[in-house]
Amino acid sequence: MARKLLFENINVPGINTLEVYRQHGGYRSVEKALKTMTPEAVVEEVKTSGLRGRGGAGFPTGMKWSFLAKPEGKERYLVCNGDESEPGTFKDRYLMTHIPHLLIEGMIVASYALGAKTSYIYVRGEMMPQIRILERAIAEAKNAGLLGKNILGSGYDLELYVQPGGGAYICGEETALIESLEGKRGNPRIKPPFPAISGLYACPTVVNNVETIAAVVPIINDGGEEYAKVGIGRSTGTKLISASGNLKKPGVYEIELGLPVEEFIYSEEYCGGIANGKRLKAVVAGGSSVPILPVNLILNTINGQPRLMTYESLSDGGFQSGTMLGSGGFIAFDEDQCIVRNTWNFSRFYHHESCGQCSPCREGTGWMEKVLHRLEYGHGKMSDIDLLVDVSKKIEGNTICPLGDAAAWPVASAIRHFRDEFEWHVNSPKEAMERNYGLAKYADPLPKLEEVSQN
Amino acid sequence: MLSVTEHKEIEFSSELIKQFDEIVSRYPQGKQKSALLPVLHLVQAEYGWVSPEAMDQVAAYLQIKPIEVYEVATFYTMFFLRPQGKYVLEVCRTGPCCLVGAEKIMSHIEKTLGVKEGEVTPDGKFSWRGVECLAACGMAPVLQIGPDYTFYENLTEESVDKLIENLKNKI
Repeated sequence: MARKLLFENINVPGINTLEVYRQHGGYRSVEKALKTMTPEAVVEEVKTSGLRGRGGAGFPTGMKWSFLAKPEGKERYLVCNGDESEPGTFKDRYLMTHIPHLLIEGMIVASYALGAKTSYIYVRGEMMPQIRILERAIAEAKNAGLLGKNILGSGYDLELYVQPGGGAYICGEETALIESLEGKRGNPRIKPPFPAISGLYACPTVVNNVETIAAVVPIINDGGEEYAKVGIGRSTGTKLISASGNLKKPGVYEIELGLPVEEFIYSEEYCGGIANGKRLKAVVAGGSSVPILPVNLILNTINGQPRLMTYESLSDGGFQSGTMLGSGGFIAFDEDQCIVRNTWNFSRFYHHESCGQCSPCREGTGWMEKVLHRLEYGHGKMSDIDLLVDVSKKIEGNTICPLGDAAAWPVASAIRHFRDEFEWHVNSPKEAMERNYGLAKYADPLPKLEEVSQN
Repeated sequence: MLSVTEHKEIEFSSELIKQFDEIVSRYPQGKQKSALLPVLHLVQAEYGWVSPEAMDQVAAYLQIKPIEVYEVATFYTMFFLRPQGKYVLEVCRTGPCCLVGAEKIMSHIEKTLGVKEGEVTPDGKFSWRGVECLAACGMAPVLQIGPDYTFYENLTEESVDKLIENLKNKI
């Protein structure tokens, strides 16, 4: 049975209340950190654990924390990124709904480690029920002396507030989130300076994902070394995977990093295979922004190695034949799904969500949506396919924030791996409107690497 | 989008102002502009939408320029800049939801309510629109209804019919 570091008690009735949460060991890490550890020691434990940002970027958390500037006379802030908006991702919603005190406990320990006296949990505005749940839980914690002045007699003060967003995917980007918290449009800032130097109100700030903060709790309870024993290589600990699409059992699963992808999709302990007796065609493994892969490349790398749910294994093959763990938003497409239609749908999303600052993104996402629309609806030209690749290349790397890249990668990867489906839409437009392309050769075993290089 | 068709004076109630004051207290002195998004949510919950008059009053309360409110209200998708139906059904229309039938649900809603996206039913009770990923992909298709953003998941045509019936019968 795989270890559950975050969700061990999630099914206990009443775990969303302070009383039951404490009965099951809740807030132990606050006692331990505030009373027996220095802030520096807490940062060291997180470094040792190998925890990487769970929002999607996978940046080592301990390193991010150690970058925080500590100038005299300036406040420091910890902001939790609860803006979960990456298509395919819903783990933070699940965590905040069912075990909100886990997040609050993590926020207290992390704020202590960073020397923050006021911290904010920024939650997307659409998650109003979750905002109310967190506010209630914060009130419970405050009443019990776990927040406010002199927490548990330790001398540490912390005020914790929940801040709603207003409906903007871009506010998941840390500098746009900070802009939003300051009451402005969510336009990302140019980095450097990084938030660790100048963030909220131009003060040193750390922005961390909900799951990252929650992971601090088991790391402090059992130690960073214990956490690092789970997983493989530089992918330590557990990850919450949000499984959706044409699966028998979609939902949020806490997995040990290193689980084989095939086992995650097909075993009864996890997704239970594809629904309705269909066959798997493609997978987006880490949220819509990561490259889409056909089934023969998601189950195995191009070298024929079975793929594992780790940062390294999913990235094996780079953009040529790999993808990324990203946010862990695992979307499964069955043989009846149209890759062209889905690519158009994602490109509409990025066009809608572009903040508009950078011309390549503002215009390029719109062009990609238009071209994909005419490909899907039977008016495409063969030159459209290479035009899409060209536009995606001109957006990549030419923007202030990664939304441009995130918009480019799904289009580029869909064409790289499913070009024949796109060409069929051009050559057989009427047929493409009436039936699906189907599984075609996407499940066929890949040619051996030696044969490929000989060609 | 921002067109002033009828000028309606509004004054925020003292209860609403009290709520605004509590929000402002969460931020450091002089940073009350951070209260803008939470305040706009309260305004929309109170009036059903965010009117230019309301935005001017918010600007006055927060001691910022009206343009600073207009630019935020027009950027964030949750704020309605025109009056809507009493119940606005917001259906997720992004990839993972579409894999399991979100588009069919939206067609069904359009047929049942008899209005296109963004339009209000003649009795003023309903409008609907497609929105981007609501982060609930494993329980798809989903929809939400403000201002509490009550959430409805695993939608079927039957459950949507039931929901609309229940809302029709509410006072």
